Amino acid sequence: MKIDWTRNETLVFLVIVAFCLVATAVDPAFLSLPTLFDLLRNSIVTGIFAIGVLLVLISGGIDVSFTAIAAFSMYTTTLGLINPVFVAGFRLPPLIVTLGTLSAFRGFLLTFVGSQLISNVPAGMRDFSRLTMLRGTTGEGYFYSLPWAFLALVLVVIGTWFLLNRTLLGRKIFAIGGSSESAHRIGIGVRGVQVFVYAYVGALSGLAGIIRASLARVANPFDLVGLELSVIAAVVLGGARLTGGYGTITGTLLGVALIVLVSNSLILLGIPSTWQSVVFGTLILLGTGLPAYQAKRAALRAG
Amino acid sequence: MDQDMNKPAAQRPARQPGGVQALLSSEIGQLSALALVIFVVMAALDPSRFLTTGNFSSMAFQFPEFAILSLAMMLSMMTGGIDLSVVGVSNLAAVVAALILSALAGPQALGLAAGATIALAIAAALLVGALCGLLNGVIIGVFGLPPILATLGSGLIFTGLAVAITGGSAVLGFPPAFAFLGNGAVFGVPMPLIVFVVIAAVVWLVLERTALGLRIQMLGTNQLAARFAGIDDLAVTVRTYLLSGIFSAAAGLVIMSRANSAKADYGSSYLLLSILICVLGGINPYGGFGRVAGLVLAVLSLQFLSSGLNMLQVSNFAKELIWGGLLLAVMVANGIQFSRKRR
Repeated sequence: MKIDWTRNETLVFLVIVAFCLVATAVDPAFLSLPTLFDLLRNSIVTGIFAIGVLLVLISGGIDVSFTAIAAFSMYTTTLGLINPVFVAGFRLPPLIVTLGTLSAFRGFLLTFVGSQLISNVPAGMRDFSRLTMLRGTTGEGYFYSLPWAFLALVLVVIGTWFLLNRTLLGRKIFAIGGSSESAHRIGIGVRGVQVFVYAYVGALSGLAGIIRASLARVANPFDLVGLELSVIAAVVLGGARLTGGYGTITGTLLGVALIVLVSNSLILLGIPSTWQSVVFGTLILLGTGLPAYQAKRAALRAG
Repeated sequence: MDQDMNKPAAQRPARQPGGVQALLSSEIGQLSALALVIFVVMAALDPSRFLTTGNFSSMAFQFPEFAILSLAMMLSMMTGGIDLSVVGVSNLAAVVAALILSALAGPQALGLAAGATIALAIAAALLVGALCGLLNGVIIGVFGLPPILATLGSGLIFTGLAVAITGGSAVLGFPPAFAFLGNGAVFGVPMPLIVFVVIAAVVWLVLERTALGLRIQMLGTNQLAARFAGIDDLAVTVRTYLLSGIFSAAAGLVIMSRANSAKADYGSSYLLLSILICVLGGINPYGGFGRVAGLVLAVLSLQFLSSGLNMLQVSNFAKELIWGGLLLAVMVANGIQFSRKRR
């Protein structure tokens, strides 16, 4: 198989490999099962969010309100339905709508639920988080485990892959992202699909919120705030285009892996955690800048 | 080219039916009415505290910092872009200025030495703002990144740099004279207000009286058409974000002087607020349309509302809910208006 060097997936994969090599060179303990399971466990919540965001980006929109939705958890598909009312119903720019709903949801939550932590999470959720798929100890006595919640990520990935690549609805989402005008002309109900996409993100955010609460065993309304940037970064790094119509699940998962890897292991490389957002910002600019530049040059050559 | 064509569309004489109805049907008229209604409601709710000179002067000290950020946001929105890095730029510029002030002058410095250091610090902050804006303009214009992503990424970098330089803590210890920028007054007019008026006048001049302003509006209306009309869209984009960066830095200086410190996470709620103000002020998020007068009226409306809510002791979280709700409501109202115009 020929390797396509211009694809984001290839680039991200190479960066991940390089990062792992450097990390191992600095600290040989990096290359071990506990590290791997740490990464997998940490990527559950980010991963589920990222899959939802991928769908929105493919449809040509953007959603920054999902972390506030996740903090609300239970009630969420309803909240997810508020966004498309504005985006599809009134045809407003999705970025500004979701910025508005982000602020409104968070404000509502903090005003009426309060800012204290809820630590008595229902027993069922606690038990769920203790159930592990795999557990064991390494030769040196390090303990590792993988919670069942990881299965949720796997199911979401498979379900969304099927939806995007094997159903008519998935093709419609790509079509709208490519050109919503053309999609409309060939008889696709653009508004209906947009409603579905934002509701889907709402539902996934709710799922991620519940899993987060059960893993941390505490419900904290301040939690997750700020995660939206790294999730969008992960999806965009994975090659999804903000202009819509393009994006793959593989790329998104690679992007998530890179972001989780960087945020977990930066200290290992001797980079202080205060530099973390500089690294994220640079990754976003490089990861999206290279393909954008290539696309621009290709367009110049063509026309 | 015909002389009349050189002017932006908004200035060409339109049909002008007289009377109150005509005033109310114009965007500026509606915004004035909104500001007036909010003012009257808040004054009626608690006249003994709202209608005082103390309240008015504190409002005049409060709004310039986010109003300046809104002007920076407005410029990028006029080209059809958006600048999510304004708060990051203002904090980075403020941190740089703060480090210069505390290292070279310190809290005891007086007289000429202090003055020279303050001038140096202000120049350095504006330079930092210009460099940040230049970076934004280049990554958007040269590399073709969508403005949302470019400024999201660069905003993270600017904030991250400010955190990394300071280690996350606040920088303190400026010469007392520096407090004048944020807390002083000339003939009873607050300094921050003067800074805002000067910058607003510059933005108005650029947008309504210069070739650059006309090009910004044309680029925002239709990028492809602007390019075919021979407009150098790279130069326009770079200059727009350069100005946006410099204004953000100025806002950072005002915030820093008022807080008498600089920190990487000051004013984080101002990003949403500045977008809200632009949208409320009738600046089209898709680019091309927008007037400084609308923005000023939107700023005043929000400041009246904010002061009123403070007097009613509404929490900051509830305010965030209200800002978000207001943003959505205004966009819906504007959207309905746009579709009515099209018919």
